[in-house]
Amino acid sequence: MLPSCARNINKPTISCKKVLQLINGTKNNYATEVKCETKPYKLHKLDTPPSASTTLSREDALKYYREMQVVRRMEASANNLYKTKLIRGFCHLYSGQEAVAVGIKAALRSHDAVITAYRDHGWAYLMGASVVEVLTELTGRKSGCARGKGGSMHMYTDNFYGGNGIVGAQVPLGAGIAFALKYKGTDGVCFALYGDGAANQGQVFETYNMAKLWNLPCIFVCENNGYGMGTSAQRAAANTAFYTRGDYVPGLWVDGMDVVTVREAARYAIDYCKSGKGPLVIEAATYRYFGHSMSDPGTSYRTREEIQEVRQKRDPITHFQELTTNAGLLSENEIKEINADVKKEVDEATEISKTDSSIGLDELATDIYANNLEPQIRNTTPFNPLTHNRLGKAVNLE
Amino acid sequence: MSQLLVGKFLTRIIATTITKPFISKSTLTTTASPLRKEIIYRDALNAAIDEEIERDERVFILGEEVAQYNGAYKVTKGLWKKWGDKRVIDTPITEMGFAGLAVGAAMAGLRPICEFMTFNFAMQAIDQVINSAGKTFYMSAGIVNVPIVFRGNNSAATGVAAQHSQCYGAWYAHCPGLKVVAPWSSEDVRGLFKSAVRDPDPVICLENEILLGQSFETPDQALVKDFLIPIGKGKIEKPGKHLTIVSFGRALNAVIPAAKELQSGGIDVEVINLRSLRPLDFDMISTSVKKTNHLITVEYGWPSCGIGSEIAARVMESEAFFHLDQPVIRLTGVDVPTPYAKELEDASFPRPQDVVQVVKKLLSK
Repeated sequence: MLPSCARNINKPTISCKKVLQLINGTKNNYATEVKCETKPYKLHKLDTPPSASTTLSREDALKYYREMQVVRRMEASANNLYKTKLIRGFCHLYSGQEAVAVGIKAALRSHDAVITAYRDHGWAYLMGASVVEVLTELTGRKSGCARGKGGSMHMYTDNFYGGNGIVGAQVPLGAGIAFALKYKGTDGVCFALYGDGAANQGQVFETYNMAKLWNLPCIFVCENNGYGMGTSAQRAAANTAFYTRGDYVPGLWVDGMDVVTVREAARYAIDYCKSGKGPLVIEAATYRYFGHSMSDPGTSYRTREEIQEVRQKRDPITHFQELTTNAGLLSENEIKEINADVKKEVDEATEISKTDSSIGLDELATDIYANNLEPQIRNTTPFNPLTHNRLGKAVNLE
Repeated sequence: MSQLLVGKFLTRIIATTITKPFISKSTLTTTASPLRKEIIYRDALNAAIDEEIERDERVFILGEEVAQYNGAYKVTKGLWKKWGDKRVIDTPITEMGFAGLAVGAAMAGLRPICEFMTFNFAMQAIDQVINSAGKTFYMSAGIVNVPIVFRGNNSAATGVAAQHSQCYGAWYAHCPGLKVVAPWSSEDVRGLFKSAVRDPDPVICLENEILLGQSFETPDQALVKDFLIPIGKGKIEKPGKHLTIVSFGRALNAVIPAAKELQSGGIDVEVINLRSLRPLDFDMISTSVKKTNHLITVEYGWPSCGIGSEIAARVMESEAFFHLDQPVIRLTGVDVPTPYAKELEDASFPRPQDVVQVVKKLLSK
C-alpha cells in the first residue's frame, strides 16, 4: 500500500503545472517568463488558498533547477562517501524532497530564519554553506561548516539554526526563533521543519499551542515523506492529515514535489505570518528515495516498486525540467550544461572532502563555552588536562 | 566508620601545619552592622530580575505563573505590573515546549530567563536544556552560543514527597556546555543571578523554596546594580584550621549551625560555600585541604555520583590527596526517594548534628 503522501501525489489531478502563457516574449529564442498553474492545495481553517497561478522567470527557473540538482548530486555523493566509510555515524539523505527546501528558500527574505531536523544537508547548502562546506562537514574535516564537530545532523549558517538530532526538538526552538523575530520588532518569520514521524511528538503540540496563543510568526512545515523511519504515517498517526494537526492553527497541504507550488505556499505563509495572524502549518507531501538513514536499505517496509513509481512519475527535478523545457524557458542544452556544471562542482567538492585534513587535537577543547570559566578541561586522565580555546565567531556575544 | 579512621590516611608527603589566627564568631552572627542589611532571599532575587530586565531590553522572563500570579513562589512579584506582557510572560504548563522556545529565542539573540517552578518539572524539559542549550555552541564550532538562564527551586522543600524533593545539582553539573550556580544566601543569589543573565552561555541557577523565605545579612556593596559574583568561584563563609566543610545551597543551613557548635567546642572548621557547581572552585577546596588536612562534603543530593563524589574524586586525583589525614567523607541525602512523613523526611537530609558527629569522628574528638 502506498503511503498517503504517495497516493495523494500520484492522483491524476490537474496536469503537472500546465504552462498558461508566455508572458514577456522571448530572449535568444527562450521565454523570459511564463505563467503557470500551481498544484491544488488543501486548506484547514483558511479562507483563501495561495494563488492558483504564478509567474516563473527564466532566472528563477535556472536557479531552482540548479539548486535541486546540487542537493540531489550532493546527497548521491554523500551516499558514496558513506559506503566507503568516509562518512561516519548517522547520515540522512534528502533525495526526493528537494523541491520542499528549494521552494521555501525561494520565498525567504534575508531576515527570515529556518530550523530543521537531522535531514539538513540540503538546507545548509541553500542557506549559504558551500558544497565543500557540507561534504567536508560530513567527512569530519576542517573545511566543514562546523569544522567537522557537528557532522551530518548539526550544520549552521546565517539564519539557519540547524540541524537538530532529537526528533521534534527543533520545533519549539523554531517557535523561539520566531518569538525573537517578533520581539525585536522585525517582520521576519521562522520556518520550522519536521517529518511526519516527529509530527506525533508531544512538544510539537505544546509549541502549536504557544505559537497560536502568542501569534508567533512561525511556519511549521511537516515534510510528510510517508515514513517515520520504517513506520508508515498510517501506522503512527491517528490522523495523517498533518496540515490539520495544529487544530486551531490554520493549515495548508501542498504538493511537495512541485517546487513552484511550494514557493507559492511559502510566499503565502510569509504574508500571512508577517501580517500578525500567527502561525501556520504546511504539510508538504513528498517522498524520500533512500532509507531513513544509511543503515536502512528502505525496502522492508515499502516496496521497490513504490520507490520506482515515485521516481518515474513525480520526481521533483525531472518534473521541473520537463516543465521548463516544454515551456521554452530553459533549453535541453542548458539543462545539460547545468548538470555538467553541478557534477563538476560536486565532484571537486567530493575530492576535497576526501583529502581535506581534520582539525587538530588542539581543537578538542575549543568552543565548549563562549566565555569559558573552567581553569582547564579534563582529559581522559587527570595528568594531561586540555586548555579551552575560543575560535568560532559567536553570534550572541553582545 | 571508626574502622575507616584507624591511624593516618595513607602517606602524607607534605606535612602541613599551617595555622591561621582564630576567627571570631562574629562572622556567623546575624546582627546587622551599618554596612550589612538583613535581606530576604526572595526579595534579593526579585530585585535582581527587575534590574536585569531594566538593564537590557533583550532580557525577559517566562515561565508558569510568573506574570499575573506574581510567581508561584512570589519571586516575580510586581514585575508584570511594572514591565508588562512583553517582558514578563506567563506560559502554559508545558515545560518542554517553553524551555525549547526560550532556547530558540536565545539562539536568535534574546536573553531569556526561563523559570521552572521547580527543577523537578524541568525533567520534562531536560533535553532542551542539555541537548539544545548546552551542546549547540560546541556542535556549531563556536557560532551559535545560547545566552539563557534556567532558574527555579531545586532540592527539597518540606512535606512535598519524593517527586518534588530532589537535588539536580549533579545532573546539570555533569554536562559540559552548561554552567551551574547554587546560590545559598541573598548576596549569592543577587550576584550569581546577575552574572548568569550577563553570561553568553547557558546557566542553570538552582534556588530553593526554603531559602526563598530566609533572611540573610547582606553587605551594602552587594546592593549596587552591577554587583556580580564570578561564576566558578566559591566563598569561604567561615575560615578555620581543623577541617574543611564544602557545601552548597540549602545544605549550608545545616553546616553553619554545626560550625558554630563546633567552634564553641574548640573545633575550628573552614566552611566553603561552593556557590557554583560548574565550574567547581577546586582551587579553593584544594587550598583549604592543604591547610586543614581534613575534608567533608555536605549536600542534599543523593550519594551516588553526587557533587560530594565528584569532589572526593578530584581530591584523590590531585595533590590535595597527599594532604589528607583522614578519608574524605560525604554527607548526603539518604539514598531513598524522599518520604512525606515529617520524621522520615527530617532524617533524609544531613542535619547539624550529623555534621558535628562526622567532624568529631574525623578529628577523633
